[in-house]
Formats: sequence, C-alpha cells, structure tokens
Amino acid sequence: MMMNHSWKSQFKLNPGTIVKGIWHKNQYTILKELGFGANGIVYLAKSEKTQVALKMSDNGMSITSEVNVLKSFAKVQGSALGPSLLDVDDWQSSQGKISFYVMEYIEGPDLLTFIQQNGKVWTPVLFLQLLNDLQKLHENGWVFGDLKPENLIVTGPPPRIRCIDVGGTTISGRAIKEFTEFYDRGYWGLGSRKAEPSYDLFAVGMMMIHTAYPKRFNKTSGGIAQIMEEVRKKAELLPYEGVILKSLKGQYIRANEMREDLLSLVIKRETDNSSKKTVDRKDSGNQSHSNQGLTRQNYKKKRKKGRFKETILLFIFIAIFYGIYIFFFTS
Amino acid sequence: MYSGKIRQILLLTDGCSNQGENPIAIAALAREEGITVNVIGVMEHDVIDEQGMKEIENIAMSGGGVSQIVYAQQLSQTVQMVTRKAMTQTIQGVVNKELQQILGRSKTMEDLPPEKRGEVMEVVDELGETIDLEVLILVDTSASMKQKLPTVKEALLDLSLSLNARTGNNTFSVYVFPGKKSDVEMVLDWTPKLQSLTSIFSQLTTGGITPTGPAIRAALSSFNQKRSLRSMLSHDDESFLEESI
Repeated sequence: MMMNHSWKSQFKLNPGTIVKGIWHKNQYTILKELGFGANGIVYLAKSEKTQVALKMSDNGMSITSEVNVLKSFAKVQGSALGPSLLDVDDWQSSQGKISFYVMEYIEGPDLLTFIQQNGKVWTPVLFLQLLNDLQKLHENGWVFGDLKPENLIVTGPPPRIRCIDVGGTTISGRAIKEFTEFYDRGYWGLGSRKAEPSYDLFAVGMMMIHTAYPKRFNKTSGGIAQIMEEVRKKAELLPYEGVILKSLKGQYIRANEMREDLLSLVIKRETDNSSKKTVDRKDSGNQSHSNQGLTRQNYKKKRKKGRFKETILLFIFIAIFYGIYIFFFTS
Repeated sequence: MYSGKIRQILLLTDGCSNQGENPIAIAALAREEGITVNVIGVMEHDVIDEQGMKEIENIAMSGGGVSQIVYAQQLSQTVQMVTRKAMTQTIQGVVNKELQQILGRSKTMEDLPPEKRGEVMEVVDELGETIDLEVLILVDTSASMKQKLPTVKEALLDLSLSLNARTGNNTFSVYVFPGKKSDVEMVLDWTPKLQSLTSIFSQLTTGGITPTGPAIRAALSSFNQKRSLRSMLSHDDESFLEESI
C-alpha cells in the first residue's frame, strides 16, 4: 500500500531476467514473484544450482536495515528464526540502480494454510516451536514486531515453523517499526508500541485466536472484553483461554513462561484424553452402559483405574525424556 | 551525537485548494526553512480526483516530504508510516551531508559498499529513535471531510501512540482550515499529549473553502514563534543545529 505504484510496475521483473550485482558480481536468474509487501518485492531466483529468494526495493534504507537484522540473527547460535542471508548488492538495471539482498528460500505454506491442510492437531506444536524461537530472539535483544501468520512459513518434513519477513524486527526498548493492526496491542488499546517481549507475545495470543477465526474480526468496543468474548464463542479455543488471556494482558514477561503454560496444558489434555479413552474402551466391551448408569462404586473403581494409568503414563513419559537426555547429552 | 530536532507539517486533506496562495510554493518555502511537508490524501472509495491527487503529490514533493493517497479505513497505519518515513528521510539527509564532509566529493550512503552501509544505517536507526520531533498537524475541515473526521481523530491518536513509544521527545500542535472566523484556526497548542484531541474533534464544524496555502503559511509562523520563544529563553547553540537540518 505504501509503495509507489509506478515503481511496482517498473520493477516487475519477467522470468528469465538476469540480476547481476555491482559489488560482488554474483548473478541470479529470476524464476517468479513470490510476493510483495510494503517494503519491496520478493522473487524466487536461481543462483548457479540452488534456488534462492531475492528481495528488491526502491528504498535502499529498508534493504540495509533488514540485512542488519539478518546479520545479527546469524550470530544467534542454533536458531532457525529468519532465513539465512546469502548476499547483499546493488543491480544496475535499465531503470537505474536498485538495492537487493539474497536469502535462503524457505518453501512451504503459511501458518494458517498449513493448519487448515493438516489439521488443528498441529496448532499447539507449531506455537510451541514459535515460542521457543521467540525466546531466543528476545534473549538476543530483539523483538520481532510484525508477527502475523503471513510472515510464518511451515517447512518440512518434519514440520518446522520459520519467520520469513524480518522487516519489523526492532531492537528491544525502541519503538516498534512495523505492525499489523489485528496483532498490535496498541490498536486494541492494550499497551504501548514499545518493543519488548510481551509485545510479541500479545501477537502470539492473537494468532492463536486467528486459527479459529480465519477471517479475523473487527474492532468494535476494543479492549480485553471484546477479544475474550470472541474467544469464548469458539469451543476449540476454550482450552487455551487462560494462556490467551495472560498473553493479551501482558502477564508473560518471557516467551518461555507462555511456552511452559501451553506445554503443561497440552500434557494435561493428553493424559486426560488417554485416561478417558481407556474407560471408554472398557465400557464398550461390556455393553452400551451410559455414563449416567454408572453406580457410585463402579465410578470410583474406574477413576482409580484412570489414576493408575495416569501414573504409568507419566512414568513412561519421564523415562522417555530421561532416555533422550542420556542419549544426546552424555554421548 | 547529533542533538537537533525534526520538524514536520502533516497535512490531511481530500482535494484541491481553492483559496489564497499556491500551497506548492509555500511548501517549498517550508523546505527552505528546514521544515518537511507531508501530505495524506484521504479519499472515499471510487472517488478519484486527478487534479487533487496531483496537487497532493506536488505539495509533498516541493516540501521535501512524503505523500500518500489512502482510503479513510487505512488511515491509521498510513499516518504513522508517512511520519516515520519522512523522519528517516530527513535523518538520512543529515547523515549524507556528514558523509560528504568526511568522504568528500558527492558521496552519499548509496555510494558506499553494502557492508559499510549497514553501519551507517545503525546510526540512522539510532537517531530515529532518540531525536526530538515536532509535528504540526493541519486538518482540512471543508464540507467533504465531515464523515472522515472521526477516522482522522483515531488516526492521530494512533500516531501519538506510535511516536510516544520512542525514546525521543514529541510535541504536537493541531490546526484546522477553514477555521470558524479565519482561514486557519489553532485547535491545539504545542503539547506532548495528543489525547486532548478527543474532545476538540467532536466540536469541530465543517464547511466552506479550502485555503491550503494560507494554512501551510500559518503552520510555518507557528514553528517560527516557537523557535524565537525558545531562543529567547536559552542562548545555547541549539537553534543553530536546527537550522542545519
């Protein structure tokens, strides 16, 4: 929207166009357009044998700024936050000099499309991954800023969430550079636009809600009351209600705290489900006794059995984790 | 570190000026005085006024600022992006001037190799966060703007939310044109808080002519009054630094 429209059409590159850097002399063949946003156009391009993503903008400042972010991401050990940076250069096109940078091509559907295609069962998994990445990002003094499903790609297999647009990433403590209203706490009247971890975690909470509202919803009265009312309308969001509420209220100071809450919720649901399932199976084996038909004694027995199963399950879980721990950390 | 101020006029309008001096010339004057003029054209769906759009573009161009045509619904995001973009442009201009002094000839940031550019960008970012900002908001209140005023108010409150997240200080002032009695009327004097707009906007009346040129001139004199007041109060070299922007 902010981009000059004449610029957009001017630099609409046809497949086959060759982009050659002035400084580093690398050459890229444009394959197709991947998308465009406020800060430029991203193309899929071929460099020697590999496929890469190439971002161009008439605003050289925003290119430089994004490159700075990607460079500092590269210093964060073992993280898969943004795409890795491959090259930065200028291209002398027929219309003039233009800045671009080249990054790893991250292939896959965006967060919401992936969940739609593969089922809601993936929701907690992907959010747990995301919170883990955010924790690392925050630890290194950055805040993602413009966190939204369109900026999150699920690659794989195995499915792994990745951030693709780092244009909004801001140094902690500064003012947020870029945001999208629905995920912005300032828009909802629920906080400042200062870059701090809780700003990102608010956006995570809103994205969880977005998974149940594919078309999002509009602000009417705003505030926590309106959002939580929408949450309560969707049964699939109810289990996460507590976590969402805390994130919207800014009660999580670190991404890890939200992650732990989400994780314990998932584990609790799993154990609940598995104990319920064993009860159900026993029931159906006997005859079509309805739940109301259970005598008090029966019920107690079943509950006891459930509890026994729970203990065993918990034991197995711990054993597995311990096994993994020994395997990875002592070898 | 550089300790100047950034001065901006933010003009919100929906069409052509029809009264008084040529706004494009006054915008050029503002630029000479070190004040950037940004213009946002607030349109309704399907109403494309070629002449109005051209004027909007030209005012911003001669005022050294940024212009953007936008539908009323997208106003909030646009207002803060335009302000930010113009700020960065101004800072970049200052940094380029410094670079020329250090590197000589007509070197700008774009002439540096990409690796060096990143370091300069960090300085630009840092300045954008810490520099003091003065924004004079000029709101067109001619008849056709009537339904758009609530959206304008929302957008301005949103702007103060964005800018107040910065470390640097912000001061705002709001003028409307045409005013009740004259071409231009001040509705909010220089203040760091824009929240008081809420009550002012509900009392605004719309109608009449569109004296864009005189409005920009009034904005300039408001900046100058502020400046002379400050130089009377303190005799440091602050005002000198401001001139160099």
